[in-house]
Amino acid sequence: MTALNRKLWRDLAGLKGQVAAIAVVIAAGVMTLMIAVTSLDAIRLSMERFYASHQLAEIWATVTRAPEALAERLGEIPGIDRIETRVVAPIRLEVADYADPIRGQILSIPDGRQPALNRLALRAGSPPESGRADQVVVSEPFAQAHDLRPGDELRVIIRGRFERLRISGIALSPEFIYQVGPNDLLPDYARYAVLWMNRRALGNAFGLDGAFNSVLASLQAGARSEQVIEHMDRILAPYGGIGAHGRDDLMSHRMLSEEIAQLKIMAVVLPGVFLAVSGFLLSVLMGRIVQTQRQQIAVLKAFGYRNRELAGHYAGLTALIVAVGVVLGIGLGLWAGEAIATLYAQYFRFPETVTRLQPRVVVLAVAVSALAAGFGTFRAVARAVRLPPAEAMRPPAPENFRQGWIGRSRLGRSLAQTTRMVLRNLDRHRFKSAMTLLGIALSASLLVLGSFQFNAVQHMIDLQYRKVLRMDTHLSFIEPTSRRVLTELSALPGVQHVEGYRQVPVRLVNGHLSERNAIVGLPEHPRLRGLIDGDGQPIAVPADGLLMTRFLAEQLNLRAGDPVTVEIREGSRRHVEVRLAGLVDEPLGLSAYMRIERLNALMREGPAVSGAWLMSDAQARPELYERLWEAPRVAAIGLIAEAEDGLRNYMDDTVLTMMAVLLVLAGSITFALVYNNARIAFAERVRELATLRVLGFSRTQVGWVLVGEILLLTLLAIPVGWLFGTLFAWILSLAFSMDMFRIPFHIDHQTYAFAATGVLLASALSVILIARRLRDLDMVTALKGVE
Amino acid sequence: MSSVSRKPSAIFEARGLTKVYQMGEVAIHALRGVDLELHDGELVVMLGASGSGKSTLLNIMGGLDVASDGRLRYRDQVLSGASESELTRFRRDHVGFVFQFYNLIPSLTARENVAVATDIARDPMRPEDALELVGLSERLDHFPSQLSGGEQQRVAIARAIAKRPMVLMCDEPTGALDSETGIRVLEAIEYINRELATTTVIITHNEVIGRMAHRVVRLSDGRVADIHVNDQRASPSELVW
Repeated sequence: MTALNRKLWRDLAGLKGQVAAIAVVIAAGVMTLMIAVTSLDAIRLSMERFYASHQLAEIWATVTRAPEALAERLGEIPGIDRIETRVVAPIRLEVADYADPIRGQILSIPDGRQPALNRLALRAGSPPESGRADQVVVSEPFAQAHDLRPGDELRVIIRGRFERLRISGIALSPEFIYQVGPNDLLPDYARYAVLWMNRRALGNAFGLDGAFNSVLASLQAGARSEQVIEHMDRILAPYGGIGAHGRDDLMSHRMLSEEIAQLKIMAVVLPGVFLAVSGFLLSVLMGRIVQTQRQQIAVLKAFGYRNRELAGHYAGLTALIVAVGVVLGIGLGLWAGEAIATLYAQYFRFPETVTRLQPRVVVLAVAVSALAAGFGTFRAVARAVRLPPAEAMRPPAPENFRQGWIGRSRLGRSLAQTTRMVLRNLDRHRFKSAMTLLGIALSASLLVLGSFQFNAVQHMIDLQYRKVLRMDTHLSFIEPTSRRVLTELSALPGVQHVEGYRQVPVRLVNGHLSERNAIVGLPEHPRLRGLIDGDGQPIAVPADGLLMTRFLAEQLNLRAGDPVTVEIREGSRRHVEVRLAGLVDEPLGLSAYMRIERLNALMREGPAVSGAWLMSDAQARPELYERLWEAPRVAAIGLIAEAEDGLRNYMDDTVLTMMAVLLVLAGSITFALVYNNARIAFAERVRELATLRVLGFSRTQVGWVLVGEILLLTLLAIPVGWLFGTLFAWILSLAFSMDMFRIPFHIDHQTYAFAATGVLLASALSVILIARRLRDLDMVTALKGVE
Repeated sequence: MSSVSRKPSAIFEARGLTKVYQMGEVAIHALRGVDLELHDGELVVMLGASGSGKSTLLNIMGGLDVASDGRLRYRDQVLSGASESELTRFRRDHVGFVFQFYNLIPSLTARENVAVATDIARDPMRPEDALELVGLSERLDHFPSQLSGGEQQRVAIARAIAKRPMVLMCDEPTGALDSETGIRVLEAIEYINRELATTTVIITHNEVIGRMAHRVVRLSDGRVADIHVNDQRASPSELVW
């Protein structure tokens, strides 16, 4: 090893505290980058692979009943590659030893073969034998939730009749990677099932012999899906077609796309913040090293070392720190990546997940951190190299201080000499002070951000379940039913209040923008379903016009007062124009709302309801559910408390786990930054401090010169950090606005207090560590050593 | 004036060297036209008060700095107007430096400090041999902080001579040392000059040291004021201050 390399290692060893601090920050950046990119890769690649290998359809259409012969006409539409007709129906089922109601969806597959589109990935067993009417394939997550195996039996209610079905196989489908019920946001594998059955048997059971009610299509390369959809809609309209749609309106695909979009944001924002901070820390550290090694650099130059050899030496020092950080980050990233992959596997079901670490990710991590470090150290290394050897040999001249306001003003003169030194130092090194302040402020802002997420998510769920969903049970009926059913419901055991609602699937159109959604019909002042404004205050349903979730209105580029075209997708397909009367600020889900009477009128029907919300006595609920379960008109029973638990678990698992990591990282960065800064300030002042000691200043007085500076900068940085943190939180709340949930921009005092406390704690800890050095300060050595 | 009985060849030749520093708005004339020759193998002591320009001249001759005007030749190479990389090459291959404050690298041992120079030299001694020449065979693996001032300066000399330079430039090598230690350092320099025939320049403001030189060059106000040839050289051990 050359002597220069030995010097490199020894310098590194001498700076181990600071090196470790910086390496941790780099590691944090690399880790978040790796988690985001590997998760992104895993989801995107697994999804694409599954879609391709199992032929996911590109267009879906639903009809009431269409003859099989129509398939041929559909196949002739220009641009269509393949057509697959099928029967799809909602079902309810029972599993032995499981009390809660289970609902689900049953889909047909051709007798004795895989469908051409949306093929099943069989995980166990086999498809139903050709001609058998008593065999089904069940979805894997449902099977796992109930520990079902091929050969086990299910009790399924098909059109009000109990059927015993035997499980022949267990499968995954590219259509149900994210498997949720029609009105749900989150998977509930125990209470929502997807089943597949032979086409002939299912057609017979639902009176669709020789007919279909669902059709899938794939497109030829280059075909325009809008044109194909239009064409299909024209053909299917007479058969009760309610409008074909593409993958974007497939719930599973939509959730995957949202997750991918979210990970893309994360892959840029978090590593960006951490690596920028590490670049900043490195620049401070390297600047300091070059400053203290001026003479060593000069000597090396005097002995004929070339500029590039010296640049290489100092770049090598940076490279080693980066290497330590990257290795640590990759290790943590692999470890966390495993955990995250397991987590994703709970929500997204792929037959095989691509979790292999892509070399690309490692290269990316190294490149990005090297870039950040390079930016950080370039200036210092360039300065080291530019140093003329003869000049570097002389100690730097005393800095040029001038009498500023501190000396002139009365306040300034009244300050102690040491306090004046603190203020002058800050004033003299304005750029450096500003950078340090900025650094501390950035870490304070990370604390604000992390804490904001925690509180905002809790706030969001509280809002949803205390102010929006005030019912405890949500019922949906098989088909629109007369309001009279509400009287029957209120007579059931334990029911305290019943509120009926009407729900109509629609397409909301504004110019070229459109969204498939539903209009929910409500009474003027719904008691069990709150509509709230931005402050959480209830909004009455207007006599006329539509209310809409703000995010949905934004997607459609609509403002209150604008006309909206509503395409009704139930019964007859009609277009009506309705005015957007106002906006609703609910944090979860998207919907449109209307007075129930108006909606009934729009549908040209009597007082009908699609379902009901119940408020019931918790004691009587088991009995209530048993009775509801037996009611043939009830298609689904939603337990709000279960859904809330599910959501809280989901948030704990995903957003909050992420934020906990962020918070720990923010804390360590704060400490790394403040500690580094204190160490550097100490090293720069050591002669000055020793001189003061020799002149007879006490340890406390001398300590104040250093601590005062750190404290003052920290105190000044806190409000700046609050400001940045608020800004970051606002940006994040914008970035996290999507179909499933929107994090409200809501920061409370605790969040600010938390950030301030975090920064002050880090400062206090740094001060304690520095105080030890100050105590051990050897005046003689400090003064003798020539800088 | 430049007659030396042995009739050696001039390895350095300076003609009209000037150096002007710009310090803010003031121009400082450090050298105002220096004419000087250095001969192969001689030991020259440069004397002068602080501000006389002696360090500036040494730095320019050693290739650490460039003159504002004038001409400087080292053997066949014209150093005035040489590029930075040419000067680096020159320093690397031909010059050894010894500084007043030793300027050792604190994180490296004595042996490693010497190795810093030998690592990039074409035909160096072993660091151990260089340290033996200055009488430090026993302290190879000591760090600078474990060595006395005199020992540190001798490590610095070993570092300077280990690459077998043609020229040894010493800037106040005894300035930070007491006289006894200073004399031991001078003995080491004199030994190197004698044994390796390395052309040596010692800068000092200590008149006494002039007695060990072949020639004494006196600088004053940026010019060569006087050159004196010692007929009778004193050995370092005879020096007293």
